[in-house]
Formats: sequence, C-alpha cells, structure tokens
Amino acid sequence: MLSVKENSPVEFSPELLTKFGEIVKRYPEGKQKSALLPLLHEVQAVFGWLSPDAMDKVAYFLNIKPIEVYEVATFYTMYFLEKKGKYNLEVCRTGPCCLVGAEKIMHHIEQTLGVREGEVTPDGLFSWRGVECLAACGYGPVLQIGPEYTFYENLTEQSVDSLIETLKNKA
Amino acid sequence: MGRTLLLTHINVPGIQGFEVYRQTGGYRSVEKALKTMSPDDVVEEVKKSGLRGRGGAGFPTGMKWSFLAKPEGVARYLVCNADESEPGTFKDRYLMTHIPHALIEGMIVSSFALGAKTSYIYVRGEMMPQIRILEKAIAEAKNAGFLGDNILGTGYSLEIYVQPGGGAYICGEETALLESLEGKRGNPRIKPPFPAVAGLYGCPTVVNNVESIAATVPIINDGGEEYAKIGIERSTGTKLISAGGNVKRPGVYEIELGVPVEEFIYSDEYCGGIANGKKLKAVVAGGSSVPILPANLILKTASGAPRLMTYESLADGGFQTGTMMGSGGFIAFDEDQCVVRNTWNFTRFYRHESCGQCSPCREGTGWMEKILYKIEHGLGTQSDIDLLWDVQKNIEGNTICPLGDAAAWPVAAAIRHFRDEFEWHIQNPSESQTRNFGLAHYADPLVQTVD
Ligand SMILES: Cc1cc2nc3c(=O)[nH]c(=O)nc-3n(C[C@H](O)[C@H](O)[C@H](O)COP(=O)(O)O)c2cc1C
Ligand code: SF4
Repeated sequence: MLSVKENSPVEFSPELLTKFGEIVKRYPEGKQKSALLPLLHEVQAVFGWLSPDAMDKVAYFLNIKPIEVYEVATFYTMYFLEKKGKYNLEVCRTGPCCLVGAEKIMHHIEQTLGVREGEVTPDGLFSWRGVECLAACGYGPVLQIGPEYTFYENLTEQSVDSLIETLKNKA
Repeated sequence: MGRTLLLTHINVPGIQGFEVYRQTGGYRSVEKALKTMSPDDVVEEVKKSGLRGRGGAGFPTGMKWSFLAKPEGVARYLVCNADESEPGTFKDRYLMTHIPHALIEGMIVSSFALGAKTSYIYVRGEMMPQIRILEKAIAEAKNAGFLGDNILGTGYSLEIYVQPGGGAYICGEETALLESLEGKRGNPRIKPPFPAVAGLYGCPTVVNNVESIAATVPIINDGGEEYAKIGIERSTGTKLISAGGNVKRPGVYEIELGVPVEEFIYSDEYCGGIANGKKLKAVVAGGSSVPILPANLILKTASGAPRLMTYESLADGGFQTGTMMGSGGFIAFDEDQCVVRNTWNFTRFYRHESCGQCSPCREGTGWMEKILYKIEHGLGTQSDIDLLWDVQKNIEGNTICPLGDAAAWPVAAAIRHFRDEFEWHIQNPSESQTRNFGLAHYADPLVQTVD
C-alpha cells in the first residue's frame, strides 16, 4: 500500500531524461510501459527513494496513469517509498545464509548502528534490513548496498565493523 | 575429472571480455548455425541433445521450442530467465559474472532457432553488477558483428536487451516474469494460454533459464548426439550445481549428470565434505522448494542403491523417500542445524514472496509461518504438527502457479522425515527458546551420519 508520509518535488535532469529515452527504445512501439521498472531504478539511483512526485513524473513521461506506477513501486522490494540511510545495508536472511551465521551478522549490525531494521541512524548515514536470498549462498553471509548493489561476501563481525568504518570515513 | 562444457575456460584470464572468449573458440556456434543451418536444424539438434530446462522444472528444451506458435507477421520472442532467486541457487550469477559471452552466444543461436528478432534477458534487479557485465558483453558482440543488423552478412538481425527486475522471487515464474517485463506487478498468469502461444505482448514467446540457453552452444558446436552421450538415461549433458550451506568448499561445480551424491559431497573435486569436521545431517538438493532429505536417504535410495545426481535418481522414491533436481541449488546441513528453524525460515520466505492472488497460497503460507514460529520458539502444541500438515496439504495443487506447491513441499518433507525434531521442540520448550542462533543442541536420532 502506498502511504504517503512525505512528498518532495523532484526535477529530472536532462541527462536522466536522455537515459529514459534510450531505455524506452528497447521496446516495441506502444509498449513503453515496459520501461517502468528500469526507469524507477534510475530515479531511485539519483534521489535515493521514490517520492510520490517522482512517481507521478515517471507516469507522465511514460504516458501511463500514476496508479500504474504506484502498483509496481509497492509490489517490488527494491523500491523505497521513504528515505533510507545514505548507505542502506541489505543482509540476506534466507535459510542458506542462516546456516552460516547471517542471523548473528544482522544482530551485530543492529547493535553497532544502534537502530532497528528499517530505521535510519540520526546522522542519516545508515539504515539496514534483512532481504531474501540474493543468489550468493556459497559466499554467505552476504550483504549488498545500492544503488550499484556492491556485494560484500563471507561476512564476519570484524569485516562488518571495518565496512561500517570505511563508509563513515567516505561520507 | 569430469567433462565440462560450460565452465571449461572459466579460469582463463580475461575470459569475461570478447577477445579472449573468441580466442578460446567463442562464437563458433553462431557462425555454424547462421551460415550452415536452418532454424529448424538448430531446433532438431537441441531435441537430439535431450537437454532439459535448467531453471527447475526440467522440461525438454527442444520440445518446448517446437511448441512455439509461428503465425505470419507476428513477432516472436526469446526471454532469458535470469531472475535466479530460488534459495540455494547461485549458478546463473556465476556464469553471467565470469563468462557472460557464453550466455550472449547462446542467446544468438537460440533466438535464430526461434526466429526472434528481439530478445530480452530478465535479470533480477539486485544483480546490477551482472547487468553491467552483460550490457558490456552485448556491446562487444555487436561491435564484432555478431549482433545487430545482418549478422555476419547472413541477413539475420537480432537485438538483445537486458531488463532489470525489481526484487521479487515470483518473477522467476515465467508468466510473472512476462508481466514484470511488461512493466506490471509480477502476478502469474492463468494458463492456458501458454507463453508459446501468447507470451510477451501477447506474442509467441519462449522463456528459458540462463544455463539452458548457454548449453545450446556446445550442443550446436559438437552436435546434439555428442551432448546426449554425456550423462545417464534422460539426464543428458552437464549441469551446474551450486553447493552451499555447511560444505567445506561451497561454490559452483559443473558435473556430468550421473555423479553419485556421495562423491559430490565428499570428494575433493567437489564439496570436499562437511565443514569444521562435522557430520552431515540433511540435504536440500535442488533449491528451497524441493523436499529435504535426511543424510541416509540423500546418499542412498530407499532400496539401498547409491543416489546419483540425475533427474531420475534424485526423484527415486517419489516424495515419500526421494526429492528433485530442481534448480541445482544444493544445500547441506551439518549435525548442529535445526530443521524446524530452517523450515520456519523457508516458510517465511514463501509468505513474503507470495504474490497474493490465490487464497490457499496467500493465507496458507502465513498460517504455516505462524505455526512454525510457535513450534520453533517453544510455544507449540502436539496438535500444531497435524495442523501444519493439514495446511500444507490444502495449498498443494490448489493455486495458479507452482509457488504454492513450492511452499508446501518443504514443510511436508520436514515433517515426514524429521517429525521427532518437531516433537522435541514441543516437549522441550525452554531449551528451544534459549538456544543460540540457528543451533540445535541435540543429535537427531533419525540421522545415520556418514564419516
Ligand atoms: C516461484 C517460481 C520461481 C521460479 N524461479 C525461476 C528462476 O529464478 N529462474 C529460472 O530459470 N526459472 C525459474 N522458475 C521456472 C520458470 O517458471 C520456467 O520454468 C523456466 O524459466 C523455464 O526455463 P527452462 O525450461 O530453461 O528451465 C521458477 C518457477 C516458479 C514457479
Ligand atoms: S500460488 Fe501464490 S505466488 Fe502463485 S499465483 Fe497464487 S498467490 Fe501468487
């Protein structure tokens, strides 16, 4: 369900609109709605989440109804309908990763960041959540960070600590 | 060493790029197919090879291709299923990361066979790095004249596009995938019509797994009959198995179909045994959806024959004592792992991933998760086990798509083979609550461990 907690008006840059145009060309005439998922990824990569205004503008660009965008944005887990931390740590929580310690890693991240799943740290830098199988079961526990979905494998509490440290210093 | 067809050159430096891939014999199948064969010849070779779909269902690929409707003036599509989300499965990611051109080459040959002029590779959205790799490989192939207009001067033209998903397991189901590719929610379609008649944009469409498509390359290079010589009976060729869980050497292995399960687990060529000197307790052999088997039944069939890595042998005994090849996601559990906890985890996964169209799946997965949570956390009663059995039975076979079955089977198998572990949780509530994460501090009396 789409629950609008906040809205923020967005402006799509000419570069972004050019990219949109390129993507739409992948599909036959009249089937531009196929571009919806890729476009939402592009928008989220720029703004960090999908505000209602951003979704409406995507609908306008694709010449479809806003509800068609909301439907999709609420169905798929990768789209954020609210702001996340600058670094959103997504840890695999499915069976195979749990066999090799994913639950411990999530617990450790929760303790270290001091926020619960889905919450953002007060400085806005971090948030985290458990996600379903990332098709990396042989390298578990694993986590990913968007928008490029960089992958961190064979996690230990130590490697999580140093990752968080590195990201803090980068920010 | 077993024979390999897909991963032969995996360790050659630079194999991810076009030049090196080409030097190792890459794109020969495109030259051969487009210049010396008709589309029907290609379909015929794939039929002869006996190749069975590597996405999970094991349907013969050549036969699937021959069902494709070919009305005049209507576009036909090949869509590659690279959604890879079945827990335990990570072979397609491996192939696309390390030898992306093997998939692109297979896409060209397969598209030619089907008469597709536009093809899509639907990759799960989380695999953004792999999407970039594939896009680069497509650009390289196009640059070298293997894609685009009038390929190699043969008059055949093809474009391949990569489509990202949005993070939803259900989009691996082929009709949900097509809905998603059309820019909609991933709700599976009611069949018929099948995609071969009305698929993408209502046009005839073939959906194939990454590995199935890559396998067409050696089939065209060496001929379908050569391919069929590898393997046993109706399990021909090689198969990528992704091994995870508590094995010593997790990873992706290409096996000749027919390797004994025992060899696969214990030989140093493959998994190298169970990690940390532990004993094997159970195996989920083909991704989270297939029935879990205790160690004794995965190593030997009920009749005492060694169990082999083939479609037939893994299924020997039906669901009473057997399992399925599935997607090749091989998950090993050591003696410390808790079957109840894992079943709860998998059920939570299916509840989360149910698209919600069918009541038995939508409601049933939620009920099963709740009951399993209770049992796992020491709040269960004896009658919960029967209730759980009842719920799973009422999901199976009563839904639009097979996700309902996929959610029911693991629960049924866990109760069938590990009932006393469920009972233990109910009889020892305090211990089941104070346990460490994921650990069961008792040995399962059912399991015959192997040294
Ligand atoms: C819930 C569900 C998830 C599936 N996920 C995948 C998947 O991630 N990858 C895949 O290739 N097939 C998946 N399949 C199987 C596809 O529906 C389809 O059978 C397959 O892509 C056909 O390709 P193949 O014949 O080459 O195996 C899934 C099926 C179901 C019911
Ligand atoms: S079985 Fe489940 S996932 Fe499949 S269509 Fe029905 S509700 Fe959706």
